[in-house]
Amino acid sequence: MTSSSPLRMQPASPVARTSLAQPTPSTSTGTMRRVTLGVARSAVWLGLALLAIAVLYPLLWMVFSSFKDNSEVFASPWGLPGELRWGNFAKAGDAGVVRYFVNSILVTTASILTTVLFSAWAAYGLVRLRVPFAGTMLGLLLGGLMLAPTVALIPLFGLLQDLRIYDSYWALIVLYTAFRIPFTTFLIRAYMTDIPGEVDEAAKLDGCTPTQAFWQVILPMCRPILVSAALLQALFAWNEFVFALVFISTGDLKTLPVGLMDMQSRLLTDWPVQFAGLTMAALPMIVLFLIGQRQFLRGLTDGIGK
Amino acid sequence: MSTTSTRWRSVAWVLPAMVLLLVFVYYPIVENLRLSLFSWNAFSVSPTFVGLDNYRTAFGDPIFWTALRNNTVFAIVSLLCQVGVSLVLAAVLEEFVHDRLRGVLRTIYFIPAVISITVAGILFSFLYNPRIGLLNRLLDTVGLDSWQHSWLGEPGTAMGSIIAMSQWQSIGYTAILFVVAIQRIPKEFHEAAKVDGAGPVRRFFSLTVPMVREMTTLVMILTISGAFLVFNEVMVMTAGGPSNSSQVLGTWLYRNAFLNDDMGYASAIATVIFVITLGIGLVQIAVGRRRRIEY
Repeated sequence: MTSSSPLRMQPASPVARTSLAQPTPSTSTGTMRRVTLGVARSAVWLGLALLAIAVLYPLLWMVFSSFKDNSEVFASPWGLPGELRWGNFAKAGDAGVVRYFVNSILVTTASILTTVLFSAWAAYGLVRLRVPFAGTMLGLLLGGLMLAPTVALIPLFGLLQDLRIYDSYWALIVLYTAFRIPFTTFLIRAYMTDIPGEVDEAAKLDGCTPTQAFWQVILPMCRPILVSAALLQALFAWNEFVFALVFISTGDLKTLPVGLMDMQSRLLTDWPVQFAGLTMAALPMIVLFLIGQRQFLRGLTDGIGK
Repeated sequence: MSTTSTRWRSVAWVLPAMVLLLVFVYYPIVENLRLSLFSWNAFSVSPTFVGLDNYRTAFGDPIFWTALRNNTVFAIVSLLCQVGVSLVLAAVLEEFVHDRLRGVLRTIYFIPAVISITVAGILFSFLYNPRIGLLNRLLDTVGLDSWQHSWLGEPGTAMGSIIAMSQWQSIGYTAILFVVAIQRIPKEFHEAAKVDGAGPVRRFFSLTVPMVREMTTLVMILTISGAFLVFNEVMVMTAGGPSNSSQVLGTWLYRNAFLNDDMGYASAIATVIFVITLGIGLVQIAVGRRRRIEY
């Protein structure tokens, strides 16, 4: 990864290729116009390249610095690390990153299961089964899209204590599920609506109850959107901060976003280890995104467009 | 087949979702309104009813207004970047870049959106750090050393530095949304405009911009409400400091609730946030409805 990414940042050759490959559409344009267009085109490419560098460089700096030692961080901030010091990652792991990592995985996985399952059930009920008060429920879901965690923070503090799940994984799992059900249900509902009604009819003729039809026919047909929903929930739960900050007080139960912040104040000037911790936290989502890019984007655009 | 009893039995399918939604999303919002009328802290046995006193405290509190102003600046800058710059970026990607490279660039620009705000925030606080950070060194290299700052440590630059980080993180995300909207424009429109001799700039303003209007509205709404809910970035990078200069409504709420233990006042701030986001949501619904009547 470290060796191939800088290569991507050189936009020079593709520039030349495209401007040659696409001759300017000249109907009645003079040379002047073509020159201006050429200049504009170069400016556009320069802009795109600079933006790509501005986006990538901080991340590369993070990865490079996590292999350096403290003096190297100061002496050669721009360069590659002199050697690959994997020990920094081990130190970051011991300083708590591994613990936070495990917590994040637990909470994320559990909330993916509950969110996707409950949302798929709700979508099925709303789209296929003519649930009473379906309109009211849709209204509630729509309103739920707009309600923000921050506003609910103080009452939830009391509520979670009354339910005796404050300062436990359950607090986060329950909240991550509840606050993401509206979005996920709309996402799955939009997809289910597009499945023709004949599918249900056929299942019924084959002797399926609605429950069997859901598990054996509808749910498998929804697989693409379920994958998208799961990925987006993973992104949300892995990165969520407010709830994790307020509702977990035991250090050993903290998830990555809050744990990293704690670590920052604990490690202070051990820069390479801090960079290593950041890299470890960022990597899973970047990898997941690069693998499942198409599903990610489908979820985002479908969820937002309908 | 669908008798009343089977219809009612089907409620079981939506029940878990609805119960969670009502208990953990709706109940707290309503309860918050009630709590904002009391003076109480986490240990008080019996909160005392104080009417609208908490709101009076808010409106007389200079830091509340600093926070509100910071949220507003956040919203304005984000609108310019997330709507203006992103739309241009998306249009440029679709217009000038051929397929393979376009995919690569889109992926690159999107990456910051998948790392957590905490990671991005800590990373940028290192980047702004006067001792190890790249920003001051970069300014030094290009001869602008007089522009160097302790970016997060000075009241004048802290908020701006946080806002800049947030733009870095989300510009690729909104650009992708615009890319999708642009791809939904029928190809023939652009072909026809080209035949008529319209250049890329002309086509952007008279074709692309009007055709993606719906997405523009949506991104505007998301951006504005996001700006008034901002919390994580500020908490990680400055926690509202130095001397409350980068306080936003979310962090001011958090500080009052969980550090100053003035829960009643914090609930009032939460209600203000709620009213603002509700207003934005209602605008969204109104705009959506108007559009439907238009067609």
